[in-house]
Amino acid sequence: MTATITPYRPPQQAGRAGFVQLLHAEWTKFRTLRGWVIAVVIAAAAIAVVGVLLPHSGQSHCGSRSGAACLALLATGPGGEAVNDSYYLAAQPLAGDGSITVQVTSLTGLVSSGNGGFAGPGSPPPGTLIPGLVPWAKAGIIITGSTRPGSAYAAMTVTGSHGVRMQYDYTSDIAGLPGSVSAASPRWLRLTRSGDVVTGYDSADGRGWTEVGVARLAWLAGTVRAGMFATSPLNFTPNFPTYAEPGGSLSASLATGAFDDVHLRGGAPGGRWAGQHVGTIGANYDGPRIGLRQAGGQFTVTGSGDIGPVVAAGTNSIFITGTLADHLFGVFIGLLIMIVVAAMFITMEYRRGLIRTTLAASPRRGRLLAAKAVVIGLATFVLGSAAAAVAVIAGSRIAHDSGIYILASGWPIEARVILGTGAMLAVASVLALSIAAMLRRSVAAVAAVVVVIVLPYILGVSGVLPASASEWVLRVTPAAGFAVEQSVPQYQQVVGHYGPPDYYPLAPWSGFAVLCVYAAVALGLAAWLLRRRDA
Amino acid sequence: MTIARHRLPRPAGPARAGPTRAGLPGALRAEWTKLRTEPGTAWILAAIFVLTVAVGAATAAATRCGAGTGCAIDPTKVSLTGIEVGQAVVAVLAVLVISGEYSTGMIAVTFTAMPRRWTVLAAKAVTLTGLVLAAAVVAVAGSLAAGRLILTGNGITAAQGFAVVSLAHGPTVRAAVGSVLYLALVGLLSLGIATIVRDSAAATGTVLGVLYVPPVIALFLGSEPAWQRWIERYTPVNAGLAILNTTGLRHLAISPWAGLGVLAGWAAAGLLAAGLLLRLRDA
Repeated sequence: MTATITPYRPPQQAGRAGFVQLLHAEWTKFRTLRGWVIAVVIAAAAIAVVGVLLPHSGQSHCGSRSGAACLALLATGPGGEAVNDSYYLAAQPLAGDGSITVQVTSLTGLVSSGNGGFAGPGSPPPGTLIPGLVPWAKAGIIITGSTRPGSAYAAMTVTGSHGVRMQYDYTSDIAGLPGSVSAASPRWLRLTRSGDVVTGYDSADGRGWTEVGVARLAWLAGTVRAGMFATSPLNFTPNFPTYAEPGGSLSASLATGAFDDVHLRGGAPGGRWAGQHVGTIGANYDGPRIGLRQAGGQFTVTGSGDIGPVVAAGTNSIFITGTLADHLFGVFIGLLIMIVVAAMFITMEYRRGLIRTTLAASPRRGRLLAAKAVVIGLATFVLGSAAAAVAVIAGSRIAHDSGIYILASGWPIEARVILGTGAMLAVASVLALSIAAMLRRSVAAVAAVVVVIVLPYILGVSGVLPASASEWVLRVTPAAGFAVEQSVPQYQQVVGHYGPPDYYPLAPWSGFAVLCVYAAVALGLAAWLLRRRDA
Repeated sequence: MTIARHRLPRPAGPARAGPTRAGLPGALRAEWTKLRTEPGTAWILAAIFVLTVAVGAATAAATRCGAGTGCAIDPTKVSLTGIEVGQAVVAVLAVLVISGEYSTGMIAVTFTAMPRRWTVLAAKAVTLTGLVLAAAVVAVAGSLAAGRLILTGNGITAAQGFAVVSLAHGPTVRAAVGSVLYLALVGLLSLGIATIVRDSAAATGTVLGVLYVPPVIALFLGSEPAWQRWIERYTPVNAGLAILNTTGLRHLAISPWAGLGVLAGWAAAGLLAAGLLLRLRDA
């Protein structure tokens, strides 16, 4: 015989058992424990103070100027982003519509041997030049609005090891024919201009042409310049393959493109190709080899520098750059404190036996956990966002005043980084609360949340692990949430150190979503266990 | 009017604790019994072994180096990466040894039975060190064996010019012995901190903060090499972990044994402060 026993449930008193009252009760528990409040305030203060004081305490110097005055020398592209625009150009004016077609028969280069290093503008590094071609050495044809660094342009180029590319306005990069160029397998390149639209074509035989891409250059009007160019970014030799510490040496490099069969349609009759160094400040080699040589219908153009966006910790800029994420370094300290408080928010109830009183007052256990999650989540979100706002806004202004260019600022990105950081702290705290609700014991809970949330971040960014393992850790563990601090995009066409704290393997919101999935699963499990187990 | 001070008669005879119970041996036996019968201890010791070996093996599995790329891999250090995680579990064990007593009120009983607080702390330190050493020997040996096996499979061999994990390799033996001592010293440092902090959750958070925050601060101080070097030379974990290196010793901020010495200094200072506070404060 089986008997079904229906547990007695007292009739709920109106106004007492509601979720709002539950929230109020949990908020009271949180705010009246002085130790917790002090801890959370210290966490927020750590984020703000570290962000304002720690990064970039130096000041940049450029020639006779220093500090913010240096930033005037930095070129910005049509989109407002910081760019490198330094190359050797052999061009003619192009008043209206027209096209330029060339055959590229070779791309060769020289790199400075040893740890030449790069001292600054106008100081060529020591070391002898040896044959070598950096991956993004470029030689090809370009149509540019002017020779002022940062002007709108479109280019078809052969590269050191990335085949033919069409690049325009610094950030766009489209792949064309693969393979390297040589006398045996030359490449034909063509750019046609029609108003502000430039179309790029490539060909392996000079007869069959393939369209690579179309660029609409809003700033390209009137007389533009069309011609051949060559440039070569700094040579980066990595010597230790960790993710966070891109140890390596930088040395000068230059590239030479050989052109044949050059046709300019739409240019002035009898125009001559005039050689010119564009943006000398960004050239990493400055010597007699740079320039244009002409023999009959054949041209060689040799240049040094880069045409492309500046990236954080990249290998192509002489300017000290930073990102918003540099100022959020204190976040992990704040996170460590906040998740310990979040874990104690529930384990303390078990230790003191308060949990029985709490559950007697509000028998619906899932709701209780939800109320705790809302209280700890909101508290950490508000404090975390406020602290991140101070760190990001004040920190980047201070950095700017000492001549450090903060890449990709602007209020929408700043707002996303600030609120995202607050949300990351909040979701991590909810995850910590859930883990603690499952484990119930303080020591186990605190150790578990630190090992699950903070330790992967430390392993991922500290360079203890090899690069592949670090990336993997920052993809699949809760530490993926730190991706929300990213404020600058990665560019495949620029060799750089795409690692923390500026870059993460996942996009900002994808990384945040990984953290959210962990928190949601843990919260669900915790609610289930809380209902199932005796308190 | 003066109040005469009366001296209470000292308890005599069987009521007094015998000499075998009151000294360090008695305290040691008591601590060993407490730790042995605590249900979590065996799990924690197992976790030290499993996490250390697993993280070391996973790191070794992810480590590859194409021929001629000139990557500088230190096979022993890679194999012992798990120490970074294992130390957290050692810290938890150390916190439980003392804070567990504070959270249950057991500490009052302990001090009633053994009023000499320095003796209690010493007994706890010895017991903890014994357990950690045992677990660390097994964990380090397992990590090195797994690392050697996996790295060789990944082509990180002596033929490629790497300093392969081997007992015939002096620096490897030094790193192995040193990392066992490192874990023991982390345990002692954590015991000191936990005794000062007392509350179990706060102690765990503080200890893990001491272990993990300075290394990351050092990492982000790239623009301040002087500060970075200071952290690498004088903070417990950064200095102590120098013991893991077997290659590129010239580039270390502090030599391996000196680094371990710095950690030992921190552990001693922590225990000293803990002992003084134990004497000065009420339990």
